[in-house]
Amino acid sequence: MLAAGALTTIQDRGRPGWAHLGVPRAGALDAPAADLANRLVGNPPGTAVLETVLGGLTLHNRGPGRWAALTGASGPLTLWWAAGEELSVRMPAYGLRSYLAVAGGFDVAPVLGSRSTDTLAWVGPPRVVDGAVLPLGEPTGAPRAVDVPPARRPGGLRVLPGPRADWIRSLEPLFASEWTVRTESDRIGLRLDGPALERARADELASEGMVLGAIQVPPSGRPIVFLADHPPTGGYPVVGVVHHDDLWQCAQARPGDPIRFRRAARG
Amino acid sequence: MSEPGVVGVRRVGDRALLAEVGSAEEAAALAAFLRASGLVADDVVPAARSVLVDGVDGSDGVDMAAAERLVASWPGGRSVAAARTVVIPVTYDGPDLELVASRWGVSVSEVVARHTSLTFTSAFCGFAPGFAYLAGLPREWQVPRLADPRPRVPAGSLAIAGEWCGVYPTASPGGWLLLGCTAVSLWDPAAAEPALLAPGTRVRFAGL
Repeated sequence: MLAAGALTTIQDRGRPGWAHLGVPRAGALDAPAADLANRLVGNPPGTAVLETVLGGLTLHNRGPGRWAALTGASGPLTLWWAAGEELSVRMPAYGLRSYLAVAGGFDVAPVLGSRSTDTLAWVGPPRVVDGAVLPLGEPTGAPRAVDVPPARRPGGLRVLPGPRADWIRSLEPLFASEWTVRTESDRIGLRLDGPALERARADELASEGMVLGAIQVPPSGRPIVFLADHPPTGGYPVVGVVHHDDLWQCAQARPGDPIRFRRAARG
Repeated sequence: MSEPGVVGVRRVGDRALLAEVGSAEEAAALAAFLRASGLVADDVVPAARSVLVDGVDGSDGVDMAAAERLVASWPGGRSVAAARTVVIPVTYDGPDLELVASRWGVSVSEVVARHTSLTFTSAFCGFAPGFAYLAGLPREWQVPRLADPRPRVPAGSLAIAGEWCGVYPTASPGGWLLLGCTAVSLWDPAAAEPALLAPGTRVRFAGL
């Protein structure tokens, strides 16, 4: 690891099952991209990969040559990473997060069953910094020569019913408005700017369990979509939940990008 | 006091539901009931007045309707079956002891005597890994949090605020009133039971 870029973390499928102890789930924000990267190099699903924001990541291979794959904002591409060679992830043209899988996976010690770094409570391996040395596991499978994932098109975020929709006057402005991604967005939540959603109640909600994709409305009226490192409990009303299959769009939205919500079909 | 059990169930997206109950103790009891039932879900998360059942994906025949039926079958109550009891040794030397004593209208030694006489129940964890919200403080002894939170509360600090008592597992900012400190480890992700005060645990404090 020569340079870590803006933010690079190790991620797998996270550690669901510990929310009741106050531990965020973590895991790759763009899960389909991480899965594809693993398939391309012949890793089992859920093998630890690197998630990096924008560009600036440079790695030096101190071991034998291996297959590597880059997906997400960059790629998808598969390459032979020869011994002693440098590999750089440059600024992608679109999107925000790129995933680098290497055959054998990043073999750091798991914490609570996962190698994912959670950026809320910092459970799991530390964030990857300049000069870090990352161990790799033994490759177990052959790279997939042909893997053609369906093309991904951002199509607006489908919204399923949330438990506290009655805490705002109307859901209509959520669907009618174009929202803008705020710079404060991170692995915890996609923070949006737009016309404030008006609260119907002024009292305080008792803290309750939160799900991935929850659309939380704080007193400012500006919604936050909870992503993988969200706090397991929270005290602001959840008015809807983003469909699981659309969460990758939240992972790839850049500050300033427009976001639209639409009602999910029932069933 | 009547125990109405589950007072409402709300769907949270297509793979989670939120069961509402009347108190934190009931939430801990319902969560323990759901875990003991073998419910197939990723997470069962008790909180102040509710239990979230998350990751109901239809595997092993447990879909949302089955989860709702299971929640509805809970008989109610506040006691957690087969709860562990943990006794935490505390040095009562916190900077807010005098403040709590004046709020309660008693001496500092009486604050310690009262606090060590109580049995708390870990209702839920939040704020930080292993930070348990301990229910069981009588209403007349509840005091509001500090108007001006401290930027740093040391790990192991024992504190109260509102209806809750808690012990900070790691150093962090905090606005609760500090009664003392303990050397007991509350959070160890490498342990088989990472949180000493997992929801449902009964907790007593012993003065050193």
